[in-house]
Amino acid sequence: MVPDELKQHIGKIDPPHVREIEKGAIRRYAEAVGDDNPLYYDEEYAAKTRYGGIIAPPGFFGWSIKPATASEGIIGLMTAMIEAGYAGILDGGMAYELFLPVRAGDTLVASPKVKGVTAKEGKSGTMMVCQFEVAYLNQNGDLVAKAFQTLIGRKL
Amino acid sequence: MAKEQVYWEDVEVGTELPTLPKIAHSLMLVKWAGASGDFNPHHYEDAFGKSQGTGGTIVHGLLKHAWLIQLVTGWMGDEGFMKKFSCQYRGLDYPRLMKTMNEPQDGETWLCKGKITNKYTEGDEHLVDLEIGVENGSGQVTTPGTATVVLPSRGS
Repeated sequence: MVPDELKQHIGKIDPPHVREIEKGAIRRYAEAVGDDNPLYYDEEYAAKTRYGGIIAPPGFFGWSIKPATASEGIIGLMTAMIEAGYAGILDGGMAYELFLPVRAGDTLVASPKVKGVTAKEGKSGTMMVCQFEVAYLNQNGDLVAKAFQTLIGRKL
Repeated sequence: MAKEQVYWEDVEVGTELPTLPKIAHSLMLVKWAGASGDFNPHHYEDAFGKSQGTGGTIVHGLLKHAWLIQLVTGWMGDEGFMKKFSCQYRGLDYPRLMKTMNEPQDGETWLCKGKITNKYTEGDEHLVDLEIGVENGSGQVTTPGTATVVLPSRGS
């Protein structure tokens, strides 16, 4: 059973977040992962590829998904989870549908949405499984990607 | 650092991707926190991790997701395009501590692995589905996932 105070957040859509895709942020992201693909930092190399310039690794939308999910509806749901006793919050997983490359210099608009909350029985008792969907549009209004994130709340 | 492009005709169901070894250590987690914007203390404070019931500092799920994306995008080359991706954080991973300012202590190494599970065409796209995962030092897959990639075809 999903408590009503959690259910009321389902379907909430947050005001869009705007993110500029900065070259330096792409490079730092790739460095943190340990990914030395020159598409992410070498202008000269990237210019000769079909992309014609630096792109971001899939999954990088100007910043991680975290700030996009750290938005009103989602923070509201997380706060309600903690108040309902599901204070042990862990990432459950991530999925993407990717439509277009993300290029250095793009400006993306992210619209995070609370997709659903379901109850699941786990090793440590009932868990709340929260699903979020974030659609990313670029400066031309084209849909670049959709991200689907799962967060899990456990009683501590 | 361009490498040879893989073509759709070169691969079969069962073809394995080159394994990508990774070492999660404190320094990498700090870099990832900064680059991704995920400043949850669960990823740098042991006591907080213990209070969350995970035993201590744990590796970010999204860092493991980024490793898997590196595995696939590094393999598919500049002409490949990742259309779909998903991964689930099924098991917790604990980073190695540091021995020196730059080097981690001895400990486990994670292996990112992938293999082709389906090969097909859709319209004029040449596609493969992949089963991917991060395996910990004990051989358990803590982060299983899937991906769908468009590969270039020699025929087009």
